[in-house]
Amino acid sequence: MADWIVFWVIAPVSIASAVAMILAKNAVHSALLLIVNFFTLAVFFLILGSPFLFVVQIIVYAGAIMVLFLFVIMLLGVDERESLRERILGQRWLALLLGAGLVVEVALAVRVGVGFGHGGLPDFTRVNRGGNVQALARVLFNSYFFPFEVTSILLIVAAIGAMLHGRRRIGDEETIDAPIDERMDEPGPEPVPAAGPAEATP
Amino acid sequence: MRTPISYFLLMSVLLFTIGTVGVLVRKNALVIFMSVELQLNAVNLALVAFSRQHGNLTGQVLAFFSMVVAAAEVVVGLAIIVSLYRKRRSANVDDASLLRG
Repeated sequence: MADWIVFWVIAPVSIASAVAMILAKNAVHSALLLIVNFFTLAVFFLILGSPFLFVVQIIVYAGAIMVLFLFVIMLLGVDERESLRERILGQRWLALLLGAGLVVEVALAVRVGVGFGHGGLPDFTRVNRGGNVQALARVLFNSYFFPFEVTSILLIVAAIGAMLHGRRRIGDEETIDAPIDERMDEPGPEPVPAAGPAEATP
Repeated sequence: MRTPISYFLLMSVLLFTIGTVGVLVRKNALVIFMSVELQLNAVNLALVAFSRQHGNLTGQVLAFFSMVVAAAEVVVGLAIIVSLYRKRRSANVDDASLLRG
């Protein structure tokens, strides 16, 4: 009963925030609405008996990833108007049509595979025995230990890739650590000399 | 007054479709990227729902891995968008048409 109420309170919020995210003109508004949507998804995880993913969803998605998004939006500037010209004729209507087709198709697949039955959620207390985090750790560190270790390589590669893309290019030379006076050919503010203790301004 | 698993799956389908339409319709690279994130999250919801359906934690472990991959993907994707912006002074995906025939 409680999960029924929570579901029907959260589901409209989730759909509405997702639709509003697509329709928002300002990229910052899109990001904020996406954060709302991530919170509703976290609540769904809680209903489905996964408090661990509830917390991870809020910390990693609504916290870290969306802060990164907002940071980049602020860095690039948000004032740019999006042109309404369509590169492909009837692109928007075609997208809506294909989206509706996708919904119908997968809903039919759900009906065939699971069925729109009226049974409640299956009992999960046996699986979550000793706590969800402990049960998840038992699965993760027994059957999925090797993939778990491989993700560490993935994260390192991602970090190096981001550094490679984010470095500053000076002229034709691709370097990060150019000396400061070589950077003077592009117009910019006068470099502040390193303030030593002797030349500190009074 | 009970919530069957299919409700969550339909929720997942709707969110995934909204993300797909967002990718197809929008021009701003950042909003397209956010729509992709929405799609990833919708699939995570389906994974967790199936995990509940089958009384098995593998779906939750897979959702966890998908979050890790999404984090790595966001880092690299945003770096690519930033370097694209530096070259073209625009986050519009239509402007990056160097390979257009």
